[in-house]
Amino acid sequence: MPAVSKGDGMRGLAVFISDIRNCKSKEAEVKRINKELANIRSKFKGDKALDGYSKKKYVCKLLFIFLLGHDIDFGHMEAVNLLSSNKYTEKQIGYLFISVLVNSNSDLIRLINNGIKNDLASRNPTFMNLALHCIAFASEIPRILVAGDTMDSVKQSAALCLLRLNRTSPDLVPMGEWTARVVHLLNDQHLGVVTAATSLITTLAQKSPDDFKTSISLAVARLSRIVTSASIDLQDYTYYFVAAPWLSVKLLRLLQCYPPPEDAALRSRLTECLETILNKAQEPPKSKKVQHSNAKNAVLFEAISLIIHHDSEPTLLVRACNQLGQFLQHRETNLRYLALESMCTLASSEFSHEAVKTHIETVINALKTERDVSVRQRAVDLLYAMCDRSNAKQIVAEMLSYLETADYSIREEIVLKVAILAEKYAVDYTWYVDTILNLIRIAGDYVSEEVWYRVIQIVINRDDVQGYAAKTVFEALQAPACHENLVKVGGYILGEFGNLIAGDSRSSPLVQFNLLHSKFHLCSVPTRALLLSAYIKFINLFPEVKATIQEVLRSDSQLRNADVELQQRAVEYLRLSCIASTDILATVLEEMPPFPERESSILAKLKRKKGPGNLPDIDDARRNVNGNTEHSEKTETTNKVTLVRTASAYLLNLNSTPTAGASLLVDVFSDSSTLASVEVSDENFPRFVCKNNGVIFENQLLQIGLKSEYRQNLGRMYVFYGNKTSTQFLSFSSSVTCNDTLKNHILSTSSVDPIIEGGAQVQQILNIECVSDFTDAPVLNVQFRYGGTLQNIAVKLPVMLNKFFQPTEMTSQDFFQRWKQLGAPQQEVQKIFKAKHPMDTEVTKAKILGFGVALLDRVDPNPENFVGAGVIHSKNTQVGCLLRLEPNTQAQMYRLTLRTSRDSVSQRLCDLLSEQF
Amino acid sequence: MIRFILIQNRAGKTRLAKWYMQFDDDEKQKLIEEVHAVVTVRDAKHTNFVEVWDQLVSYALSVLFPQFRNFKIIYRRYAGLYFCICVDVTDNNLAYLEGIHNFVEVLNEYFHNVCELDLVFNFYKVYTVVDEMFLAGEIRETSQTKVLKQLLMLQSLE
Repeated sequence: MPAVSKGDGMRGLAVFISDIRNCKSKEAEVKRINKELANIRSKFKGDKALDGYSKKKYVCKLLFIFLLGHDIDFGHMEAVNLLSSNKYTEKQIGYLFISVLVNSNSDLIRLINNGIKNDLASRNPTFMNLALHCIAFASEIPRILVAGDTMDSVKQSAALCLLRLNRTSPDLVPMGEWTARVVHLLNDQHLGVVTAATSLITTLAQKSPDDFKTSISLAVARLSRIVTSASIDLQDYTYYFVAAPWLSVKLLRLLQCYPPPEDAALRSRLTECLETILNKAQEPPKSKKVQHSNAKNAVLFEAISLIIHHDSEPTLLVRACNQLGQFLQHRETNLRYLALESMCTLASSEFSHEAVKTHIETVINALKTERDVSVRQRAVDLLYAMCDRSNAKQIVAEMLSYLETADYSIREEIVLKVAILAEKYAVDYTWYVDTILNLIRIAGDYVSEEVWYRVIQIVINRDDVQGYAAKTVFEALQAPACHENLVKVGGYILGEFGNLIAGDSRSSPLVQFNLLHSKFHLCSVPTRALLLSAYIKFINLFPEVKATIQEVLRSDSQLRNADVELQQRAVEYLRLSCIASTDILATVLEEMPPFPERESSILAKLKRKKGPGNLPDIDDARRNVNGNTEHSEKTETTNKVTLVRTASAYLLNLNSTPTAGASLLVDVFSDSSTLASVEVSDENFPRFVCKNNGVIFENQLLQIGLKSEYRQNLGRMYVFYGNKTSTQFLSFSSSVTCNDTLKNHILSTSSVDPIIEGGAQVQQILNIECVSDFTDAPVLNVQFRYGGTLQNIAVKLPVMLNKFFQPTEMTSQDFFQRWKQLGAPQQEVQKIFKAKHPMDTEVTKAKILGFGVALLDRVDPNPENFVGAGVIHSKNTQVGCLLRLEPNTQAQMYRLTLRTSRDSVSQRLCDLLSEQF
Repeated sequence: MIRFILIQNRAGKTRLAKWYMQFDDDEKQKLIEEVHAVVTVRDAKHTNFVEVWDQLVSYALSVLFPQFRNFKIIYRRYAGLYFCICVDVTDNNLAYLEGIHNFVEVLNEYFHNVCELDLVFNFYKVYTVVDEMFLAGEIRETSQTKVLKQLLMLQSLE
């Protein structure tokens, strides 16, 4: 028996716990528990009123059973009764039971509130503390504010209680005159009170810095007193010879809510403090214990954070850097890890960047020798952060060689980093091309689309490197086994610039073609499609291989390929090569124009991947210790750009432009003014979310039917106007208006005959392009005369964002990896809603497929759930989207979760889809 | 801010769980298992810090809790017991690492050479110790003398 439990122990409880511990099997344990539960239940229900001690004992037993992992469905009332006991031990158990077991939305809350109110009013500090502790855990309990003229320990609890309330429901505790009084708690004699108050003030200051500015001078003064004190001065608060380490850390953290003090005297006092802390790090340790060095270094690291946050004192920055440099070689893994982490942020300061760079060899060594993967990861981060033109080649080479053995979990990130550094610091673009090809060779599976798109963009935009790129990919493709990503890059580059190396007989057109085609059959469909486009480009570049390529295109495996995309390309390219004159071929297959320069898509991807507060980024604002990361968040979401027009884009241009011939083009935006007053019909709109065909509008006179098809960012809609009467419609006209023309764009509408005979149906074609993500749907305005009256009809056309989905198949692993990457709070939208239709698995499947995403089997561990993935194509961007639908048949509810790289897209898709079930 | 405090033994039995943010019971169970899986595989050559996001063995947790990319676990092993504190990624690692030790020293003093059994039989008292030292996810009191004095005072109450 432990020493403390003498005298006050609950014997029955101890016996019960021993019994449980002696149980040989799980079954025996359950049996013993059930027996006890029955016993307690009968005691609670019995006629005899229980005394406080028994009640306490039984409630405590219930608590123990709950903590073992069993459900408890009674005893709450008895626990609440304990609150009104006069005895501390009974009250304490009551409060403990409540804070562990009772949810904030329980019906008991009112009773509990009463108990708490009574205790707060009791003037008994022990009881007041119990009540305050409980409030801090059961979160929603309304505001009960405590005045500060009580005992110290109550002040401590009150401060933190207030903090908790401020976090959970800030409107319950409006700022008021008490704020000024709180700041003065920093002067309190009791360091425990100061510790608690500093936490409160830091949180409040993050929300409204101006209201708490006065805390700066008080915090500096307090800190100064602590760091200059002899180690025995603070007695209780000295921990292994370090004066009040936790309080110092908190004060330094509070100061990080503000810029350096403007007042010169205050500023120099703070600088003195920081210098003292740095000096102490150089003094011989007062104890050999790790506790001593940890406590001392906790303060030191926080001081360095503040120095970096201020970023204004070059000498301090350099000293900090030197100090961290020492830690890089320390025998404690913890310190090496923290030094690497902290140095990452130092690297982005102009004052200390050079000083950080001097440690490059140590960091590279860490990459090679550290046993803990998280330390190696910090080393990679630091190398990335310290990279500039002078050391880029060395760092990239080191990262590449590390990549060969790197842990799988961090490979993709290293690939992105290498790609970014190579691009950012490339003076010589041949080096860049070599680096990326190496990257594909070493870690092809981890090279994402963004990376290989980017190398193509750069090669296309820089004509000085095109010949070299063609030569290099040609050589790389010679390898018997090369990664599919290399085939993609190779196909694209040779298709564009193969002519630059065709002079050499070793890389003559035919050799190039044969080389590419030898990989063809090993590749996936998208790569093959790309290669087919490369072939047609070859026909333009090298007329001498035309016959060979036509032969290939003509073969059954192409012309009758089961994949419709490949088949279509083969047919069209073959036809094009046969009928088009050389001039037309040369125009259609012209070299790709340079890409507009925007932020690198890879950089955007890395930012997404690393998430806020976690990225030592070259250009990015440095991490704010207090967790304010909104600013970096914003740049992330707005910058998702994918710059590549893939080969299939020109395929689509080929068919869409001629059909929307110039004579048919109607300016759809010119005469919408007269129609403004008509009510827009949208009752059938939701039915079209998951399907493309059907009747969108019908009244006694007219029926409007739709058939539509979409491919990537383009769509075509056939509108059928059916005259249901036996009389002619005269002056029939229709037009389409888009509220947001910049976003979804009706390219053209074909004209309609102004007269529709009775019982007849006419057709109109709309060509649609999605420019970027949008919410508002276009409106179709129809006007005609029937029996002398003018009819105006306006119908919302079902052009929704999800129509531009392209389904994406992926493995479970890929799915979760991407799911993780899209983890920022605003990228996710979740909705829980009641089922409006019977919950049928097959129907749900059909709807999700109709919505446009691929339905992924066996991805979700729960087979009841539906998981889907797709990419929304718009002219400007592509937005990847993952969704998960969890039906709960018992409750007749669904939970729908969507994650995309854009918050507006997540929201829109969620709104659309959640209406469907 | 502290998200939760966990004390587990090597077999993964929970000896104390104190939560400072809302989780439902399933989530708590999941977290307890994951934390156990993550910390028990680490040895003395590893740091005492786990950025859950980087290290997690299973994807399940990260799918359940996207906010975890901003959390880390700071842990320390005492004989067969792991003391784990989950905090924000920007929090001061060493301060919480020593926070754990400070807590353990108080337990040791209070129970006169604490052992795992003390935590089992006196679980309701361990909660009191936690409440004296940590509150609302923040450090409340760091002075061992003051905490022990308060605990003894409470002990004397009936």
